Amino acid sequence: MSFDTAFMLSTLPAFFKAVGVTLQVGAIAIVTSLLVALLNATILVLRTPYLWRLVKGYVELARNTPLLIQLFFVYFALPSLGVKVSGFAAAIITLTFMGGAYLTEVLRAGVEAVPRAQLESGRSIGLSEGQLLRHVILPQAGILSLPALFANFVFLLKETTVVSAVAVPEILYTTKNYIALYYKTYEMLAVLTLLCVLIFLPLSLLLRYLERRLQHGQFGH
Amino acid sequence: MNPLIEFQGFNKFFGQHQVLADVDLKVEAGEVVVILGPSGCGKSTLLRCLNGLEEAQGGSLRLDGQELLGPDTDWRQVRQRVGMVFQSYHLFGHMSVIDNLLLGPLKVQKRERHEAQAQAEALLARVGLLDKRDAFPRQLSGGQQQRIAIVRSLCMNPQVMLFDEVTAALDPEMVKEVLQVIQGLAREGMTLLIVTHEMAFARAVADRIVFMEAGRILEQNHPERFFTQPQTARAQQFLEKFSFVESLPKTLSKPLHKELS
Amino acid sequence: MASSGIELLLVSLPQLATGAGQTLAISALGILFATLGGVLYGVLATLGSRWLNILLQVYLELFRAIPVLVWLYLVFFGLPIFFGLSIPSFWCAVLVLGLWGASEVGEVVRGALQSLPRGQREAGLSIGLGGWQLYAYVLLPQALKRMTPPTINIYTRIIKTSSLAVLIGVVEVIKAGQQIIERTYESVLIYGALFLFFFLVCYPLSAASRVLERRWAHA
Repeated sequence: MSFDTAFMLSTLPAFFKAVGVTLQVGAIAIVTSLLVALLNATILVLRTPYLWRLVKGYVELARNTPLLIQLFFVYFALPSLGVKVSGFAAAIITLTFMGGAYLTEVLRAGVEAVPRAQLESGRSIGLSEGQLLRHVILPQAGILSLPALFANFVFLLKETTVVSAVAVPEILYTTKNYIALYYKTYEMLAVLTLLCVLIFLPLSLLLRYLERRLQHGQFGH
Repeated sequence: MNPLIEFQGFNKFFGQHQVLADVDLKVEAGEVVVILGPSGCGKSTLLRCLNGLEEAQGGSLRLDGQELLGPDTDWRQVRQRVGMVFQSYHLFGHMSVIDNLLLGPLKVQKRERHEAQAQAEALLARVGLLDKRDAFPRQLSGGQQQRIAIVRSLCMNPQVMLFDEVTAALDPEMVKEVLQVIQGLAREGMTLLIVTHEMAFARAVADRIVFMEAGRILEQNHPERFFTQPQTARAQQFLEKFSFVESLPKTLSKPLHKELS
Repeated sequence: MASSGIELLLVSLPQLATGAGQTLAISALGILFATLGGVLYGVLATLGSRWLNILLQVYLELFRAIPVLVWLYLVFFGLPIFFGLSIPSFWCAVLVLGLWGASEVGEVVRGALQSLPRGQREAGLSIGLGGWQLYAYVLLPQALKRMTPPTINIYTRIIKTSSLAVLIGVVEVIKAGQQIIERTYESVLIYGALFLFFFLVCYPLSAASRVLERRWAHA
């Protein structure tokens, strides 16, 4: 079993570009998902009459269907309704759709995890509901949510590999492409594995460190 | 006659910290030994070494002549002969009382169900809890659970029973019912090793008091002599802490109503 | 051929059903192996052996660092090359889902076992229970309630992730759908139906998990 290391090295520029695409797609998805989730969480906390149910429905739908189906729907089905999008756009839209739902749940759980005693003491010193939200609930909910938020960010980044299915040139797509072109399966799989470990292992360890640091106030067991 | 239990030159470390140092202790069959001492002196650890919940690093520990500190010790066998009752009773919450009692006899000792059940029910009746036979631990008070924990160990027919601060977690009004059970066992001639803070109880039930501090046995004596004439200064200081009520100076009483008027 | 959308759907139903059967089969087998593997992982992780824990941690981190789709490709392309084994893509998917699922379930089981009071283990040992008896009669039954809701959530994720099997060529429900689309061009309807299919399978599980979590939340 011999590795054609020369070939592997020659592909590195392409893989660097691919990593760039992965990070780019991931970063955009994270930001847009967070924005969507903030909006949703606000609606849920304020219980805006009609919208609240809509948000709940959206969250259930997005969390109980696979990313791949959502992706294929946007990329393959929407064109026949007149909406044509590029693979990249489909990826962002879908990742936002799914990511927004997951992050909404995280934020909602974070708000619910703020101890009731905090709300009571806030009210008893005369804070209005709006002030309570801004100064007591949201900051604490934010801190409580941090580990779960970060975990979901990493999750979104890993899910970018799925968008290889619509030809977005991230790391998995690039690997498949090179395998199909040059038949250097070992080498390409090795590079792919190495890249994954290099990118995701530090993130996973960082996440664990974060969880341990913010152990107080963790909800659940 | 050979002592039933014998610690010789016994040593135990938690990392760098020496928890037990050169402990020599003999317990005869049928003896009731109460171990007293300040927190952290190693008395619980000593008990837990006897049934293998803690590992020792040096010395010798014999049970009925058999050396226990070796690589071949079958602790499962030892634990059937040395029963232990814990401060937090730790009954198995997902099982009824009778199932708690039968688990060991049926699954470990492979006894016949009707025989084990008869024994379990007889023992339950003795501690006055036969009517709780099918109840679950969460439905019972602390005192009831602790009595059942004692019965659970007894159902294994042990030679020795270890009691590790078994009343420390109980509400005061439930302490008596548990101590009465232990007293009953002592009267029947069972070998007991008890770690407790209940001084009056220790005085009443012990055949011998063992006083420990910082991992060493400082003094061993007959209870009456220990409580009235402790031979070491440390024992004396220890006992003084427990008679603090008598030794507290009377708070000078200013009649309150005079102040308030 | 002026067949209406719904008619087309009805005619294609058998083909979709076969595909759905494959999806459910992959999911069910993945769930089975994930559960068995996960319980084993959880038990091994609480035995207190340092070497075991290191081994299990390496296994866990491998499946966390490498996304599931990448694992699918590694197994699908790599197995024939590295081990000379050529297993059908169906079983590649089952293998990956099982191994990945086992790491996730394993962490849940480990957490649940470790959340039990230490005294339960000691009480069990002190009446002479040996290794597997301790877990079978005392520890696992009590950990069960804590393990179940998160494990059901993992099952939902396994079912959703099984959809990736289409990318290594398994003819499951998505592939079946795509074949129908090739003939009929009813992409919205078919993908809509696939959406519905997964939702109808996963939503009850998610809801059940939430109900159980609420009912079994002991103080």
